[in-house]
Amino acid sequence: MSVGGEVREPGAAPATMAPGPAPRGLLIRILDSDLLYSFRQSKVTMTAAFVTAAFFLGAFLAPWIAPHNPFDLASLNILDSYLPPAWEAEGDPRYLLGTDDQGRDILSAILYGSRISLAIGFSSVAFAAVLGIGLGLLSGYVGGTTDTIIMRIADVQLTFPAILIALLIDGTVRGLSDNFNREAAAFWVLTFSIGLSFWVQYARTVRSSTLVEKNKEYVQAARLIGISPLLIMLRHVLPNVMGPVLVIATINLALAIITEATLSFLGVGIPPTQPSLGTLIRIGQDFLFSGEWWITIFPGIALAVLVLAVNLLGDWLRDALNPKLR
Amino acid sequence: MKVRSAALAALALTVVTAMPASAKTLKFAFQGTLKLLDPYSLNETFTLGTLGNVYEGLTRRGPDLDIQPALAERWEIVEPTRWRFYLRQGVKFHNGNDFTADDVVFSADRVRSAESDLKTRIAPEVKVEKVDDYTVDFVLPGPNPILHYEWDTWYIMDKEWLEANSAGKVTSASDENPNYAGLNANGTGPFQVTSHETGVKTVLAKNDAWWDTPKHNLTSVEFTPVAQDATRVAALLSGELDMVYPIPVQDIKRVNDNATTQAMTGPELRTIFLGMDQMRDELLYSSVKGKNPFKDARVRKAVYQAIDIEAISKKVMRGLSTPSAIMISPFLFSRAEEFTRYAYDPDAAKALLAEAGYADGFEVGMDCPNDRYVNDEAICQTVAAMLARIGIKVNLNAQPKAQYFAKILQSGGFDTSFYLLGWTPGSFDSWNVLSNLINCRNEAGDGSPFNLGGYCNARVDELTKMVLSENDATKRDAMIAEAFTIIHDEVGYVPLHQQGLAWGVSSSVELTQRADNVFMMYYVTKN
Amino acid sequence: MTAFVIRRLLQSVIVMVVVALIAFLMFRFVGDPVNQMVGIETTPEQREALRERLGLNDPVLTQFLRFIGGVAQGDFGISYQFKRPVAELLADRLPATLELSLMSVVFALLVGIPMGVYTGLHRDSWLSKVFLSVSLVGISLPPFLIGILLIFIFAVNLQVLPSFGRGEVVDLGFWSTGLLTVSGWKALILPAITLGLFQMTLIMRLVRSEMMEVLRADFIKFARARGLKRRAVHFGHALKNTLVPVITITGLQLGSVVAFAIITETVFQWPGMGLLFLQSVQEVDIPIMAAYLLLIAFLFVVINLLVDILYVVVDPRIRITGGAQ
Repeated sequence: MSVGGEVREPGAAPATMAPGPAPRGLLIRILDSDLLYSFRQSKVTMTAAFVTAAFFLGAFLAPWIAPHNPFDLASLNILDSYLPPAWEAEGDPRYLLGTDDQGRDILSAILYGSRISLAIGFSSVAFAAVLGIGLGLLSGYVGGTTDTIIMRIADVQLTFPAILIALLIDGTVRGLSDNFNREAAAFWVLTFSIGLSFWVQYARTVRSSTLVEKNKEYVQAARLIGISPLLIMLRHVLPNVMGPVLVIATINLALAIITEATLSFLGVGIPPTQPSLGTLIRIGQDFLFSGEWWITIFPGIALAVLVLAVNLLGDWLRDALNPKLR
Repeated sequence: MKVRSAALAALALTVVTAMPASAKTLKFAFQGTLKLLDPYSLNETFTLGTLGNVYEGLTRRGPDLDIQPALAERWEIVEPTRWRFYLRQGVKFHNGNDFTADDVVFSADRVRSAESDLKTRIAPEVKVEKVDDYTVDFVLPGPNPILHYEWDTWYIMDKEWLEANSAGKVTSASDENPNYAGLNANGTGPFQVTSHETGVKTVLAKNDAWWDTPKHNLTSVEFTPVAQDATRVAALLSGELDMVYPIPVQDIKRVNDNATTQAMTGPELRTIFLGMDQMRDELLYSSVKGKNPFKDARVRKAVYQAIDIEAISKKVMRGLSTPSAIMISPFLFSRAEEFTRYAYDPDAAKALLAEAGYADGFEVGMDCPNDRYVNDEAICQTVAAMLARIGIKVNLNAQPKAQYFAKILQSGGFDTSFYLLGWTPGSFDSWNVLSNLINCRNEAGDGSPFNLGGYCNARVDELTKMVLSENDATKRDAMIAEAFTIIHDEVGYVPLHQQGLAWGVSSSVELTQRADNVFMMYYVTKN
Repeated sequence: MTAFVIRRLLQSVIVMVVVALIAFLMFRFVGDPVNQMVGIETTPEQREALRERLGLNDPVLTQFLRFIGGVAQGDFGISYQFKRPVAELLADRLPATLELSLMSVVFALLVGIPMGVYTGLHRDSWLSKVFLSVSLVGISLPPFLIGILLIFIFAVNLQVLPSFGRGEVVDLGFWSTGLLTVSGWKALILPAITLGLFQMTLIMRLVRSEMMEVLRADFIKFARARGLKRRAVHFGHALKNTLVPVITITGLQLGSVVAFAIITETVFQWPGMGLLFLQSVQEVDIPIMAAYLLLIAFLFVVINLLVDILYVVVDPRIRITGGAQ
């Protein structure tokens, strides 16, 4: 499922993506007072930015600020499991948000879990962006058969939604690798399969922008004076598409985090000894009916707040970078 | 939209698949699907248990697992190697055909055919002889006191019906065409199949012509698979279903607190245990190189004593498990009470490790299923945490059963160092456990094919052979006890517990729970 | 035009074969189907014999060619676990999935478009902000959790809607529908919402931004200047112009919806293809997995092709850039 529509990118429709506004460097645009102004105008955006920053910080600093280390098996005591939040009658002050079925501190698990969720989110988006931009440039610049092949590969790609890709890749990796480092293997499986399902958007955006730039005079001129036209284009095309790419990336980050959670429901997620937010929710939902709501609700809230904040930032970015909507 | 108008037009002609409100319909759900109706195609408890309401064997097992006569009225051991079965007369299959000795002989051949998954029911050397229309002899190569222990799930099929529908062969996956017997059923049992939508819904109706007096008052039964635990419990709580099983242990309280439902729990026969690779010279997936720590019984005992089984029972299983000292349920072995577990003692465990030369512990990979046994993955996680405290760092590899079994069984080359497995002896007898799990094996899996860790003791093998042909119950039990003592002393396995059964039942329904997790619909009454 | 369509058709066939090949290569590693087909007491020799009979010991390429050969003749093989023809099984399950998918899209359109129009017209009203936030919350939770929460509220606590299944189904011979019974409609509500929530948010936000852009366009300004009524301008001109991208996106998302139905169907035990597929993954039922993936691929390819053709019809210039070469 892509949120492609958000950035006016109607799927397979070739070359319909309107190239962004005039080519100006991203840095310049960020420093542009307009962007900063619109940021400071919107309380929602500022809150979202604050929340996102808080999550990043919490995730990054988890080993230092979390009260417990939920990944350290030796520190877990099964007899401490299912403790409700500290403010409830049977709560334990050591565990502010209670403990899960293995006796893990929920608060610490959320901090460490966000770390994993964000890492998967970022790496899969980075993977998709690099792959997509590269193929998009190539496709648009070289054209011809290369273009056709890449665009048909993009079609094949769209044929496989993220969850199907992940199910297959996960099964394959499991079958191929005998290693017990499932945490690391699962991380790359998720990064790769989520990333694979995103690259087409970047490729199409960059391709259409490249097609527009390709025929401009400066490219022809560069060719004439012997400078690699590709190099020239890189310097012109990239800044030009950075706006849309940034918007896609932000929205994809939110989507990647949700996709990771969804995949853990299908059994393809991060293993429960080092749970991500999604894995925590998947485990916790088993205890929803039995009254141990805190095991799933707190990670659920954390996930929703994080994704919401990132989505709001993406929204703002899209509107702010689109002069037509200002 | 075209579809809908066509649908409206066709509505008048179609039959809505609803049952009349006055009829007593039992609606129940299980976590898995009823894959096939052919009773020889899959040796699995749910399939056979459910088909046991449609088909019947020569014997059957009652609510307490006692062997009762069914299609055979009685039987006798004419001589040690010749058993004579006297068949019940006047029994008819659902299609009206008579049940005779020909059906028994035919079924005996069919169940032993290449495509059958129930070949263990009758050994290939056994001769099945028709004496007259209602008498059949089984001639054995040697004495076997437990010949008929698994015959409650060897169902008798109708020869004429099978031949008329060219379904004489067992439904097999390599069939080019679907087999009639896989999609239709024709038994002698208390219910008959009226519709079977593969993987969606199966409807049974009462067999009015059943030979036995019904203990149930149902007119029909509707089975739906519901895979998700939460959905299954929700459907029971909301009153959509009358009975669901299994229910997760954590939801037992919720189901009991609900005014219209209750949880039925009881001990199950399956024993959950940990196995360790004692065969390879170098342990796979371990930090230890060049040797195998699990070959040292002290290390195995350290693992045993590091596990706080009471904590697992209390927290992971919520009381719904019985810690076990041996590899078989105490219900299936008369002298089980004589065995006690090694005490939970992390300090002793640490000392044992130090004695064996692993004072700083070691690292090992553990294989675990995550959709096979009750809370399997949670048990493995807890075990990993407990072992971490004595210095053994466990890298857990919990996978769905498809990948799990593909890795650890013979077909995967017994690719495991440390694993969790469960076992229910199909014959409800210790010999099955000894011969499948505890005898020596070679790399090809000859010997005990499910002895994945390769534990081996010649005396146990010898005892196993003696157990098979010993007809005297006391002597037999003594042999079994000796074998179990050896494996306990050598810590060949770490038995954990017998998991419990948990069924969710509506208050309007009364039923009987059998310890092998078989649901007998012909014992259900509904108000 | 015809050349373009033929070329794309050929490319589509290649796409399908590639999809099938990739899928097939991967199946080898998802587990051992034989273990799922026999009881645990079955001996290694018997397992090996079965493996041989199924042709699982043949080289992958041989198996693949055999599969493709079958598919070309409309034969998708026999399911390992159910021992029935896969085509038959999928055909049985297709109506359930399509009804669920279509209803979720209908729900997304019926709720998403009005909300999008409103938030586009009244950018700064508090109700718009509520709509936007609520719709975002809807996509900020994983769908399986939304499904379970809906079951918890509407099936367990309020007991007004069923928690699983399709309700009473009417069999029309070629199609089994739940749309002709009250219980069928009731059973459809929760799954359709769970599945449609994401699309609803997508459509709402798309309509909103389209509306905002169109309202700034010159022809709308002229229309206003000409003194046309607000309502006429908004709905007669502005909304009409936003609908083209909405329809495109909805169409393109349909394949995704069918694929994502896997999760919804699993949570609600909805007897569709997605549920069958997931169960087949667990049971390593390769023929069902292969056929399902091909079907999804086919769906995507067809939709993509239709959209492309539509674009060519609408705008002939695209032929130059969009068509191959």
